Amino acid sequence: MQAFEYANPATLPDALGLLASEWGPTDVLAGGTDLLSLMKEYLHTPKRVVNIKGIKELAGIQKTGAGLRIGALVTMDEIATNAEIRNEYKSLADAAAGIPSPQIRHMGTAGGDLCQRPRCWYYRQGFGLLATKDGQPLVPDGENKYHAIFGGGPAYFVSASSLGPALIALGASVKLVSAKGSRDVPAAKFFVIPKDERTREIALRPNEILTEILVPGAATKSATYEVRQKEALDWPLAVAAVALRMNGATVTSAKVVLGHVAPIPWEAAAAGKLLAGKTITAATAEAAGKAAVEGAQPLSQNAYKTQLAKVAVKRALLDAVKARA
Amino acid sequence: MNSRKDPKLPVRPSGGVSRRGFVSGLGIGGGALGTGLLEKEAVAAPAPANLIGPGPAAITLTINGKPVNLKVEPRVTLLDALRNYIGMTGAKNVCDRGVCGACTVIMAGKTVYSCAVLAIDAQGKNIETIEGLAAGNSLHPISAAFVANDGQQCGYCTSGFVMAAKGFLDEHPNPTMDDVKHGLGGNLCRCGTYMGVRKAVIEAAANMKGAKNG
Repeated sequence: MQAFEYANPATLPDALGLLASEWGPTDVLAGGTDLLSLMKEYLHTPKRVVNIKGIKELAGIQKTGAGLRIGALVTMDEIATNAEIRNEYKSLADAAAGIPSPQIRHMGTAGGDLCQRPRCWYYRQGFGLLATKDGQPLVPDGENKYHAIFGGGPAYFVSASSLGPALIALGASVKLVSAKGSRDVPAAKFFVIPKDERTREIALRPNEILTEILVPGAATKSATYEVRQKEALDWPLAVAAVALRMNGATVTSAKVVLGHVAPIPWEAAAAGKLLAGKTITAATAEAAGKAAVEGAQPLSQNAYKTQLAKVAVKRALLDAVKARA
Repeated sequence: MNSRKDPKLPVRPSGGVSRRGFVSGLGIGGGALGTGLLEKEAVAAPAPANLIGPGPAAITLTINGKPVNLKVEPRVTLLDALRNYIGMTGAKNVCDRGVCGACTVIMAGKTVYSCAVLAIDAQGKNIETIEGLAAGNSLHPISAAFVANDGQQCGYCTSGFVMAAKGFLDEHPNPTMDDVKHGLGGNLCRCGTYMGVRKAVIEAAANMKGAKNG
């Protein structure tokens, strides 16, 4: 990787003061599981790396009046094992526990999970977010087995965030802080489908730091179901996160969000609508799965994802209410 | 994966010594490699927000309980620091992208990929490596169980697997086979020795029961 100067600030203002106002010259280091790989591939060539792990206020999980506050530095292992999260926000614990590598769970942080770059192999080989060569898109007729089935281009990578779908389903927001102030952005608005190479796939600005995640009070049943090819060290092929507000056994409102099917976590609004007023049974769960993948536009090699996403929705719903298929 | 190497590796073992010669040389002399390590210079912790590098900076790592002083550029990973600066080649450099597990060490009690940690960022935490496991000539119970259960073939993933198993058993002293499968989900073996590895971890857990693990 390219040589860089390194800073280890102890306070947020110090860290923010070290960030450039454009992407490129500076990078924020937390768990490092993605950033170091990006730097080794020369996809990121920062002149300065700002380690934020010394900033104490970015750590910790706290119950607040409004719900749950998850500091950006909380590791995926902490999320997977935290009793409050397991009991009240099961979909988040499912998503974090779904990462098969204990090492990645120990290192990877909540903030990093949301800010990691796409895993698209064209992007990782230097063809950009939109994966083009000589102005021509490479994905639609290329090796697109793991690419998007929703979104319609021109970006075809899939959001790799594990927590994203669950956070959107739960109605969470993220706090983005710059030297000038802070803003709360709904998780659903944090992820962006880039239309050009200059746009980031997240709403974070270069001189901002994602400091915490705010998840509103539970009173929901939730679950995340991931379909994976292997037991170890791999990304899911399709994911569904669901969050249900219930009145007894009846769903009053539901959110269904798919993962690894679009450049952003993909909210399946039709599936949520379909579930309102119903009880979760194998039949309604299956119908919701079917509704969730309406309008999918598979590429040449990834039609299989439509079926997997459909099944993931069904299983996540049944898991959320602990019903048997 | 892109196999492009850095244009200039900061430090190589001196004089084009072969890897094997390099490793065996360690056993005899050790001092030649350790010249930088023996310096008794006190290394001050970096002041907050102070910029360090891009040139070499003095850092102190705590490896298997002992402080080690060295000078590295901020871009040097913990894995490269261990192998190329300190001469501890137990942690292997295989994928160098945090996906294979061959470089696994235990940092502050948790298994991590040392290729995905900057050496400068590993200061102040105890780093357990495979070199710290054996007590003199007697193997650690986990290593012994790997030998007894054919937990390795080519051996390249083995030290990473042993450290992953150590980290796992430290937290799960009574695992089921299913726990072991999931607990070692961060390590790959291209020879396919998983069954031997898993049996070894179950056996090691049994052998270590009642004994102090470590």
